[in-house]
Amino acid sequence: MNKTLFALALALAATGCSRKDRSADSKGGRAVIQNKGSDTLVNVAQAWAEAYKTVEPNVAVAVSGGGSGTGISALINGTVDIANASREIKDKERDAASKAGHTPKEFIVGYDALAVFLHKDNPLKKMTFAQLADIYGEGGTTTKWSQLGVQVPGCGSDEIIRISRQNNSGTYAYFKEEILGDNKDFKQGSRDMHGSKDVADLVAHTPCAIGYSGLAYVTPEISTPCVARDDASTCVAPSMETAVDRTYPVARPLFMYSSGEPQGAVKKYLDWILSDAGQCIITKKGYAPARPVKCDG
Amino acid sequence: MTDRKADPAVDRRDVAWWSDKAVSVLVFLGGISAILFIIGIFVFITREGFGFGEHFKAGEIFGSTRWAPTSDSNPTYGILALVAGTASVTGLAMLIAVPFSLGAAIYIAEFAKGRTREVLKVLVEMLAAIPSVVWGFIGLTIMNPLIIQTFDVPIGLCVLNSGLILGLMAAPIMTTIAEDALKAVPDSYREAAEALGATRWQVTRRVVLPAARQGLLAAVLLGVGRGFGETMAVLMASGHSINLPTSPFDSVRALTATIAAELGETAVGSPHYQALFMLGILLFAVTFLINLAADLIVRGIRKG
Repeated sequence: MNKTLFALALALAATGCSRKDRSADSKGGRAVIQNKGSDTLVNVAQAWAEAYKTVEPNVAVAVSGGGSGTGISALINGTVDIANASREIKDKERDAASKAGHTPKEFIVGYDALAVFLHKDNPLKKMTFAQLADIYGEGGTTTKWSQLGVQVPGCGSDEIIRISRQNNSGTYAYFKEEILGDNKDFKQGSRDMHGSKDVADLVAHTPCAIGYSGLAYVTPEISTPCVARDDASTCVAPSMETAVDRTYPVARPLFMYSSGEPQGAVKKYLDWILSDAGQCIITKKGYAPARPVKCDG
Repeated sequence: MTDRKADPAVDRRDVAWWSDKAVSVLVFLGGISAILFIIGIFVFITREGFGFGEHFKAGEIFGSTRWAPTSDSNPTYGILALVAGTASVTGLAMLIAVPFSLGAAIYIAEFAKGRTREVLKVLVEMLAAIPSVVWGFIGLTIMNPLIIQTFDVPIGLCVLNSGLILGLMAAPIMTTIAEDALKAVPDSYREAAEALGATRWQVTRRVVLPAARQGLLAAVLLGVGRGFGETMAVLMASGHSINLPTSPFDSVRALTATIAAELGETAVGSPHYQALFMLGILLFAVTFLINLAADLIVRGIRKG
C-alpha cells in the first residue's frame, strides 16, 4: 500500500510542478487531497487514506511523512491541503502561513500517549517526571540504574543508556518541553534515533536502555513503567484509556492543520476522520481517539 | 590573386563536417559539465553556509564538544565531537579494510587463476552493490545484539560496529582499484624475477608491490574518501550520540549523519541551517583534498 501511495505522490509531484491552484480542486471528477507531515501520524494517515477509498471512490488522498516541521513547511508553501503534526504549530509558523494566504485551521484528531520504553527484563515499574528529567536533562546526575534502586538483568555495567530522538522531531520537542521543562536541554551523549521504530528496536535489544516513544510502537519486548507527575500524584500506566481520559500525564494531542477553512473534499475528509468510523481506525492503530468511541472488534 | 581556388574536397561543409562539429561541441559540453557542477555545488553550499559568519566563534566551533543547535536557552555549535566521531569511525574502517582489500587484490591479481579469479572479482563487485541503508540495518539489528553479547558492553551501536560496516563498504572499491594497480605492472617485470628463480611471493613482495606502490596508495585514499562521506550506514550503526570516543565501544556521531538527520526540518536560513551547511563545506573540503591527493598520485604513476 505504501508503494502505491508513493507512486501516486510521485506522479503528482511530476505533474504538479507548474500547478498554481491547489490539488484538492477536482480535475476530471477526481479530487486529490495532499496530506503530509508527522512520522508519528503517518501510519494512521495512510490507514485513513486507504479506508477513505471505499467511502469516496472519487477522492484520492496522497500521504507522505517527513516530520511535523516538514508538513507545516509544506502547508506554508501551499503544497499540501492538510498537514499532520504531533506538536502544536508554532506562532512563527502560523504567522508565516497566514502571510502566505494559508491560515491554518487546527483539528485534534487523536491523542498519543508518550510511553517510557524499558527493556522487558528491567524491573523498574514506576517513574516520576523528576527522575526522567534527572536522567535526560542537562546537569542531571542519574547515570546508573542502581541510583533508581534497581538492578537490571543483562546490564552488567549498570549504566543507563539514554535513547532519544533527532533534535527536530515532534516527539523530541514534546518530551523536552513536558519532562525537562522550558529552556532546558537534553544532556549530550544520548543515542539519537531517527524514528520511533528505531527507538523500539534498540530498546528491545539493549537491556541497559531507556527510551521514549508513542504507545503505538510498544512491542512485547518492551516494558512501559507508569509515570507520575510528582511524588504526590498517582502513577498512571500508559494506555489507550488513560490517554483518552487525560489521566496519563504524558499524552499529547495529534493535530491536522488544513489550509484555511476546509472546503469541499477536504472538509468532507476531515469530518469523516472525526466521525466514529475515522476514530475507530486511529484506535486500531494504537493511538487514543480524540473522544471516547465505541468500535467493534 | 584570384587564380588560386580552394580545393573543394578539403574545405567542404557537408554532413560529415557538420556532424563532426556537433559531436565535438557535445563532447566538450559533457567534458566541462563536471567542472560546472562542482563549481555550482561549491558556490551553493558556500553561499548557504557563509551566513554563519555572524554567529561564528572559532573557539566555540572547533573547541567545544557541545552541539546543541535547537537549544532555546543556549544554542551551541561545537563540532569537535562530530569531527572526532567521523575520524574514529573512518580510522577503524581503514584499519579493517586496508589489510583485507590489499590482500584480496594481491590474491586476485597475482595468485588466483582462471575461474576462481573471475568468480572472486564478480563477488567483490557485488559487495559494492549492497545499498548503504541495508548495511546500516545489519548494524542496527544484527551487529548490535552480537556486540552486546560478545563484549558484554551496554550498547552495540558504537565505533566498532560502524567501523566494521564501513570497512566492509569501502573494501570493494579499494580492492578493485588496487587490483588495477597491480595489473598495470608490466608482465616483463614478473618474468624477469621468475627467471632469476624467485618464488611467486618473492616476485609479489620484491617486484610487483614496490612497482604498484602509488596505485595502492591511491586505492587506500579513495577508500578513505568513501568512508568519510558515507552517511546512512554510519547514522544507523554508530549510535548517533554526541560523544568524544575513548574506546571502540563508545557511541559517536558523524558529520554526515548529523546533516542527514537534522537538515530536513530546519528552517531555511536559520543559524542551525547555516551551521549544517558549514559542516557541508568542511566535508566537501576534506573529501576534495583526499580525492585530489589520490588523483595526483595516480598521475604520478602514469608519468613514472
